[in-house]
Amino acid sequence: MPEFTLWDIVYNLLLAARWTVLLSLVAFVVGGVVALLLLLVRTAGSRWASRLVRGYVELFQGTPLLMQLFILFFGLPLIGIDVSPWIAAMLGLTLFTSAFLTEIWRGCVESVNKGQWEASATLGMNFTQQMRYIILPQALRIGIAPTVGFSVQVVKGTAVTSIIGFVELTKAGSMISNATYAPFTVYGCVAVLYFVICYPLSLYARRLEGKLHNVSR
Amino acid sequence: MAYQFDFGAILPHWKLLLDGVVLTTELAAIGAVAGVGLGILGAWARSARTPVISQIVGIYVELIRNTPFLVQLFFIFFGLPAVGIKLSEFQAASLAMIINLGAYSTEIVRAGIQAIPQGQIEAAQSLAMNRVQVFRYIIIRPALKKIWPALSSQVVIVMLGSSVCSQIAAEELTFAANYIQGMNFRAFEVYFVTTGMYLVMSIVLRQILKIFGNFLFERRHHA
Repeated sequence: MPEFTLWDIVYNLLLAARWTVLLSLVAFVVGGVVALLLLLVRTAGSRWASRLVRGYVELFQGTPLLMQLFILFFGLPLIGIDVSPWIAAMLGLTLFTSAFLTEIWRGCVESVNKGQWEASATLGMNFTQQMRYIILPQALRIGIAPTVGFSVQVVKGTAVTSIIGFVELTKAGSMISNATYAPFTVYGCVAVLYFVICYPLSLYARRLEGKLHNVSR
Repeated sequence: MAYQFDFGAILPHWKLLLDGVVLTTELAAIGAVAGVGLGILGAWARSARTPVISQIVGIYVELIRNTPFLVQLFFIFFGLPAVGIKLSEFQAASLAMIINLGAYSTEIVRAGIQAIPQGQIEAAQSLAMNRVQVFRYIIIRPALKKIWPALSSQVVIVMLGSSVCSQIAAEELTFAANYIQGMNFRAFEVYFVTTGMYLVMSIVLRQILKIFGNFLFERRHHA
């Protein structure tokens, strides 16, 4: 039987962690773009469209991420789209992220003083101009801390994709644990690696939050 | 050939799904009650003036909040037996949920406690209330009232998160779904229905927490 040193375990986990990081980045960036579009529909679209976006958000916030992944992974092939675990994971996590970011950013846009909308309308600005020059810059300042905070949730969410067979940090951990019979060490290392990725983000989010409070005081 | 959907294939297995709902509800209830309890304790410990205890709680909170629930679950279920702590699937799932929610609610409750004006605490002390009385009547009740919506959201998140407990074969709703799709190969239909059930559960849970909150923090009519 081959012997596994601690370094073997950590080294292989590090290789897999690249996929965790990549998946998080893709989900976060693409999800952010989708969320921005949804946000515009939510604030500017017709009542019907805005209600649709609300339903979308409710749906993703009210069901487990694992179920969303299962539905994509097993559902898409039925309508003729063959998906690998990687595609399903990416798609699922992107949709998940977009729903949550839409909700977070909506709160930020709404917290911008209503007078700002009225004043800019008085100046003859149309919706695009209002958003671009008046509302979003202010909402951005409020929104950056919770957005960074949410990125931690995205990184942790990637762990669930291991269940549909995407080999990222958690899945690699399970495989190594099965090979080495050292679950305590392996899952301990997996947890440490997640912590190393997430903790700086958490700290950064908290610092941003502190800054915002100091400014507004 | 186009795929023929057959949602009827799930009907014969309704009992399994129902059992799953019951277990998910049990897990959520245990997690919510013990987790929030742990959170209140943790918040109290953090606001106490003993640096060592406060720091230990702080480390616990950060460790849990910055690692995935699934990994915590695996560590408890697969890792702990290596150091002699063997837990059943249900015990491990409950413990993981309590520990997870405990960390989040420690932070949430702490935020509520920090929002209590110092003057109220001093006023209570000047009325000769002891520390326990101050904490119980002056600090924790208004604090909980303030953060109840945030706490409710977290409870719902943890309930939904319990779906990954299927991975250690805790027989909750997702496990039932996996089991059924293994029998009738109707994966999409089963997961679709199960997702709907989770959605209903989260809506119901949110309502229950809202009503419970109203009941708990209802303004008492003082003379």
